Amino acid sequence: MSEDAQEQTPGEEAVAGHGAEATHGTEEAVGHGADAVAAHGADAAHGAEGGLQIHPMDQFIVQPLFGDGPIAWYTPTNATLWMLLAIVGVFVLMVLGSRGRAIVPSRAQSVAELTYGFIRKMVEDVAGKDALAFFPYIMTLFLFIVMANFLGLIPGSFTTTSHIAVTAILAMAVFLTVTIVGFVKNGAGFLGLFWVSSAPMALRPILAIIELISYFVRPVSHSIRLAGNVMAGHAVIKVFAGFAGVLGLGAVAPVIAITAVYGLEVLVAFIQAYVFTILTCVYLRDALHPSH
Amino acid sequence: MEGDLAHIGAGLAAIGSGAAAIGVGHVAGNFLSGALRNPSAAAGQTATLFIGIAFAEALGIFAFLVALLLMFAV
Repeated sequence: MSEDAQEQTPGEEAVAGHGAEATHGTEEAVGHGADAVAAHGADAAHGAEGGLQIHPMDQFIVQPLFGDGPIAWYTPTNATLWMLLAIVGVFVLMVLGSRGRAIVPSRAQSVAELTYGFIRKMVEDVAGKDALAFFPYIMTLFLFIVMANFLGLIPGSFTTTSHIAVTAILAMAVFLTVTIVGFVKNGAGFLGLFWVSSAPMALRPILAIIELISYFVRPVSHSIRLAGNVMAGHAVIKVFAGFAGVLGLGAVAPVIAITAVYGLEVLVAFIQAYVFTILTCVYLRDALHPSH
Repeated sequence: MEGDLAHIGAGLAAIGSGAAAIGVGHVAGNFLSGALRNPSAAAGQTATLFIGIAFAEALGIFAFLVALLLMFAV
């Protein structure tokens, strides 16, 4: 590929967003109207490629909701909007859904109750009874992630959890919580987590270094697992959509493939939220009982 | 020319997802063979299954990340 393509670093994507749109906008995204900004690196890059009309990574571009100025930390973007919608969705499901408090629950109420019981049991089983003090936090994490994942599956929507910026904040919050809780509950005894007392004495310093590294890699793998899975799945769907765009009306195979991958993505959306939550429980167990 | 080398590197990094597939298959397959021998104990181990799968899969996602960095950031 040409040198232009390399200009499109992830950081620049946000700014170059409208430039990218201008190329593809000719076909399918004319409605945005903000294409006048154009003439950016991404524009030239996609233009030089000339292959797929639907670029798989364009769906992850952060754009301001109003106008097309530079994005500052306070700018309302599509990421802000969809995170807000995720919170509204959680509110509707949990607060409005369980409002009736019927003895024979309605559909929404039973979904809310099942979710509550599911997460509560998970916290109790994995992290122990004394971890139930953290149940509201873990429940919030799970509901936000699962709602954001499912909202991201709506065609044309923006998947907030596909951005490492979002998942890294969630994972860092978990990491800091767990570390602080570990030191508050156990004092210096928390460092016993790194001193494997079941290993031979000669090996323990080496194992301590390995344990220490693996402890600090936790927030990295925790966040990248969620963001990577969601982003990869959505990019795969868009790659097949690109094939369908090239083939036109005869695109039977890509459409079948998109349907199949979409079904898989519905599964992944739930499983990744589940995995994120259960790993939070595992980390919490380590903080509360560092002896193992 | 450097861009071409980065693309080759990205392709090589994608081999990592195949390695992760082996790891995930190993975890799930062993879980299934254990679960078929003692189905009553299987339900209590699904959490462990998912944790194992998540750890195996994380490394595949790292490979995917390397591929993405080579494609878009280098």
